[in-house]
Amino acid sequence: MNTEQTALLVEAEDGASLWHDAWLRLKKNRAAVTGGVVLTMMVVLAILTPWIAPYGYEAQNLDLGATPPSAAHWLGTDIFGRDLLTQILYGGRISLAVGFIATAVALVIGVTWGAVAGYVGGRIDSIMMRFVDILYALPFMIFIILLMVVFGRNILLLFLAIGAVEWLTMARIMRTQVQSLRQQEFVEAAVSLGLPPSAIILKHIIPNALGPIIVYTTLTIPSVMLLEAFLSFLGLGIQPPQTSWGLLISYGAETMEEYPWLLIFPGLALTITLFSLNFLGDGLRDALDVRGSKD
Amino acid sequence: MLRFIFWRLLQAIPVIFVVITATFFLVRSAPGGPFDSEKAVLPEVKRALEAQYKLDLPLHEQYIAYLGDLSNGNLGPSFKYPGRSVNEILGSGLPVTAELGLYALSFALLIGVLAGVFAALRPNTRQDYIPMGMAMIGICMPSFLLGPLLLLIFGIYLDWLPIAGWGDLPGDKILPSITLGSAYAAYIARLSRAGMLEILSQDYIRTARAKGLPEWRVVIQHALRGGLIPVIAFLGPAFAGLLAGSFVVETIFQIPGLGRFYVQAAFNRDYTMILGTTVFLSTLIVFFNLISDVIAAWLNPRLRAQFKGGA
Repeated sequence: MNTEQTALLVEAEDGASLWHDAWLRLKKNRAAVTGGVVLTMMVVLAILTPWIAPYGYEAQNLDLGATPPSAAHWLGTDIFGRDLLTQILYGGRISLAVGFIATAVALVIGVTWGAVAGYVGGRIDSIMMRFVDILYALPFMIFIILLMVVFGRNILLLFLAIGAVEWLTMARIMRTQVQSLRQQEFVEAAVSLGLPPSAIILKHIIPNALGPIIVYTTLTIPSVMLLEAFLSFLGLGIQPPQTSWGLLISYGAETMEEYPWLLIFPGLALTITLFSLNFLGDGLRDALDVRGSKD
Repeated sequence: MLRFIFWRLLQAIPVIFVVITATFFLVRSAPGGPFDSEKAVLPEVKRALEAQYKLDLPLHEQYIAYLGDLSNGNLGPSFKYPGRSVNEILGSGLPVTAELGLYALSFALLIGVLAGVFAALRPNTRQDYIPMGMAMIGICMPSFLLGPLLLLIFGIYLDWLPIAGWGDLPGDKILPSITLGSAYAAYIARLSRAGMLEILSQDYIRTARAKGLPEWRVVIQHALRGGLIPVIAFLGPAFAGLLAGSFVVETIFQIPGLGRFYVQAAFNRDYTMILGTTVFLSTLIVFFNLISDVIAAWLNPRLRAQFKGGA
């Protein structure tokens, strides 16, 4: 066994024990574990929705109208006699999908941008980060609204617009990570072995910067979901016939005086999910010992 | 210090310029003109309208004309409300939104700092967990849910407070201010707890305690200044968030402020109104970010060096 292999083995072992330690710490954090379990349940429910929803998505019963929770309709029905539980399940699919997909967009752009800037350094780095600074100072909520107005309200644009906002912090975090990793011996070793920068970034830098990336990703999902719900509430996000929790809350708010359950249950679904994600994110931050700079 | 302020001002100018340019071309590239929705407008009337609003000129000339108007502080006429200028509409909405924001921010600072400091004094006890748990609820409960719920409970079931309006009935400013402020109270509570925890473990605090100062003087005179720096730095971004939040809160409570006008303009495709409001709000936000940076630097000279280094 040559020295290079030994070094790799030692590194692998260190890595494993770091993740193992983090896992042990996370398991002790009851709030984070609960959050993780609830979140997993939500995701499973969202995936299985077409098979487990008690009624069809478009099933109406105009004669029935809005009824409070009952044995036939656990969470009641809306003014068209549509089953609220079914609506919440289908809405959750969209809300969660927006949360995960837009975060993934932000993750890919942010990590790539930050990694390149931090790795290349010099003038390119300062130009790239100045660009991030300028975007940071833009009032993005206003811009997203503007985009939705100008280009019409379609869901693909919503993913892009939200992802385009959220990558900035990710890029900053990644750059700081890369700058410190770049000084480390194992990266210098990889450089002297003649590996191309792309391979070094993919194989050596990103895996070692995973901790902060995971933590920040977990905390980005709830803020993305909030943003989607916010836009949908204003009527600028998800459009009927599709639905999302934000849209259901907005309908519920219109008729809350007569039918409060139409506001309360979608609100609960959103709040519980956001709670779980935040607790899980905080727990991961403590477990992975990431010095947080979320806001 | 002056150099720092000057440098930050210099950075703000290109940002505002980018905002103006991007907004202008985005709005102009939108499909459908502002007069397309009008039923049965004669072609010559439409042409006259377009000439009046300079829509018949080539795009770059429109842009230059707009910049010229802007430099005189003129945001142009509103498309949807003929005879009213964007300046007038903004002028009528601004005081309302400013007042709402001020109340919300005061509420957030008061509750947030108190809860955060309170929690930091006894970390990991019930005195810490209860306010921090409530802060988590505040963060996870979006304003568009909290607003209707508060309305339902205090406005309808208990019938203690009015359900809409601004300055028409006594107490109608309470619910909107709390709705808008609560999420920020929650963030500020978390920030001031973290800031205070860090400061309270420093040597100079130990010195102050060793001198025999009573605990409240240690906290108020020595720890608060350093412990609240993160809160001050948060106020700039929070301002942008408060403005965005006012879109929802003003819609829920039917308050005639900037946020409601903006949302209405967005639905009406009132292009000059959207353009004017965006430029105006963006400038405000950039300006407030600037102020919060300057205050944070004034409180902490180390930050100043960092900004210079980042230049």
